[in-house]
Amino acid sequence: MEQLLTIGTLLGVLHSMIRLATPYLYAAIGETLGQRSGLLNLGVEGMMLMGAYVGFYVVFTTGSLLGGVLAAALAGALLGLMMALVSVTFRAEQGISGIGMYLFGLGLSSLLFKLTLGTVQSVSGFPEVPLPLLGSIPGIGPSLFTHSVMVYAAFALVPLAAYVLNRTTWGLNIRAVGDNPQAADALGVPVAAVRYATATIGGLLAGVGGASLSISALNIFQENLTGGIGFIAVALVYFGGWRPVGVLLGVLLFSFVSALQLWLQVTGVGLPSDLAVMLPYLLTILALAVSNRRAGQPSALTKPFTRGA
Amino acid sequence: MTRTPASPNRGTIRRTGAVVVDALLPLGAVVAALLVGALVLLLLGKNPALAYGAMFRGAFGSLSGITQTLAKATPLLLVGLGVIIAFRAQVINIGGEGQLVVGALAATACSLALRELPGWLLLPITALAGALAGGLWGLVPGLLKARLDVNEILSTVMMNAIAVQLMNYLLRGPMLDPAQVAAGTNIPQSAALPEAAWIVRLVPRTLFHAGFILALVLAVVVALLLWRTTLGYRIRAVGLSPSAARYAGIPVATITATSMVLSGCLCGLAGAVEVMGVHHRVVEGISGGYGFSGIVVALFGGLHPIGAIPAAVLFGGLLVGADQMQRTVQVPAALITALNGLVVLMVVSSTYATQRRAARRQSEAARPTAREAEGGPLDPQLTPDL
Repeated sequence: MEQLLTIGTLLGVLHSMIRLATPYLYAAIGETLGQRSGLLNLGVEGMMLMGAYVGFYVVFTTGSLLGGVLAAALAGALLGLMMALVSVTFRAEQGISGIGMYLFGLGLSSLLFKLTLGTVQSVSGFPEVPLPLLGSIPGIGPSLFTHSVMVYAAFALVPLAAYVLNRTTWGLNIRAVGDNPQAADALGVPVAAVRYATATIGGLLAGVGGASLSISALNIFQENLTGGIGFIAVALVYFGGWRPVGVLLGVLLFSFVSALQLWLQVTGVGLPSDLAVMLPYLLTILALAVSNRRAGQPSALTKPFTRGA
Repeated sequence: MTRTPASPNRGTIRRTGAVVVDALLPLGAVVAALLVGALVLLLLGKNPALAYGAMFRGAFGSLSGITQTLAKATPLLLVGLGVIIAFRAQVINIGGEGQLVVGALAATACSLALRELPGWLLLPITALAGALAGGLWGLVPGLLKARLDVNEILSTVMMNAIAVQLMNYLLRGPMLDPAQVAAGTNIPQSAALPEAAWIVRLVPRTLFHAGFILALVLAVVVALLLWRTTLGYRIRAVGLSPSAARYAGIPVATITATSMVLSGCLCGLAGAVEVMGVHHRVVEGISGGYGFSGIVVALFGGLHPIGAIPAAVLFGGLLVGADQMQRTVQVPAALITALNGLVVLMVVSSTYATQRRAARRQSEAARPTAREAEGGPLDPQLTPDL
């Protein structure tokens, strides 16, 4: 038991926490923007899978990491646009259309994987680079501040999204459209255009989030690589109260428990690994149950907008 | 809901035509999805005609294909029925996958524990155990939604993950087949069910078992439940307008939770029937994505229990055909998952337009009711308040 809480293991757990948090952050921050504008995108998982595949394929064939990220972003953005068409223009029920998008992304990425790659391959993805100064702090430097560019970018997204949402006109428009589209419309805010934009950006970030797995964290692609990350990301948006900083806290908590669980498996502290894997999910359900419900939920979430209704 | 025109006198033919068009819309979505799939196959250098030919022959072209199709249609129909019940109460059950898994686990554990019982007793008990476990798995998100306002889409997704982990744990530990342990192979699967708990095969040496009949009967039962019982009336009332239902004295929270439990029971039963009729044990991947495909079936069947029957056969056929396609022309079966996704996207996209037309027909037909008149709210079944 003495090995349970040494500084070394704690730093190790923190390092995995940061690494594990990355795909969730991309997906959840993108989802936050969408939900703040009133769109529930339950298809994040499918978009992440497509981003993961496309990013991996480009890196595998060309070796260009930047190309991989851009391709993943493009794939995600296209799917986001498709989701906007379905949700905004065709006014589809968003809980169901998201499942459609999930199945589409899951099926298409598996199909492409089998026809173009066939077997699981690996690429050399983004390397871990220590941040200047911070990275050379003994102990926490290698743990917290030595990661790949994809990880840093994910964390940089949080203040950026908070700034855009709270301090820019465009962010005000997003919030207005999500809370009171009728009023926003009366004031001349193009409701549909704002939602198209947030859905596309959300898709883009989901695609990059998928790529952060396939060309940065794991450097492989296989069928259903994301294994539910996209769905959890949606839950974490609720848990984070629709605020980027709240979402960050939720993501960190979730990935801390996941990292702890991984470490418990390695040390084999009695708890069967398959049961330990349940912990993060149980925690999420619990968090959804006790978090102050609906506080901060955009009033028009999942409600299509009709002028004059 | 059936939208029979109120007055048969005026414009009946035109309206009937429009109703037929609406009914054919989902079929159009399948055709459109197949066309998109064909395009993707062309781009990937595969011959779509060969692929689809192999798919169709695989699903419906032989006795073996047809029996396999009906075997796959069985869990699809049961899950679809479960999804429909919840939907009608404005509850979106994405948790079919997890409910099916715990149903399969509970049915297996129960029949193994009670293996001494005679078949006439063991069969219903095993099936019931599966249904109860699924119902329990539905009760959690149902209660969370009813009492704490927790979004059921999110909680059921989490419950799916937990169920799968539970299965992984049980199949590697407590429920691992002793024969696997003895042989040292440790393939994660449970021991075989006692033969008394096997569902009889309708066509010998195929997978087609009597569970399909059970599913058909239950489709009728669910239809009767929804339209001929007080509970069904309340479920639909809550689905149409929770606030109006509350004013009418209907216990909305109880109905919400009940609909999710019933939904879970049907999905759990699907798991039990899959074990008792097809595999005779729990194997990894027993859910086979039925939890999600069942949603497609429910949507495709117009959220009507009877409509779900042809839908289940069609999508069961697609699954069987996809396997055949993979074997004979090397086009991965994953294509079908993508096409299912497209069908869902197209069906939900066309719902609004369909409802607008239906509302217009209604208001042209005769005295429009406030609820269904043009300008009234969208069909509330499809716009749950999250």
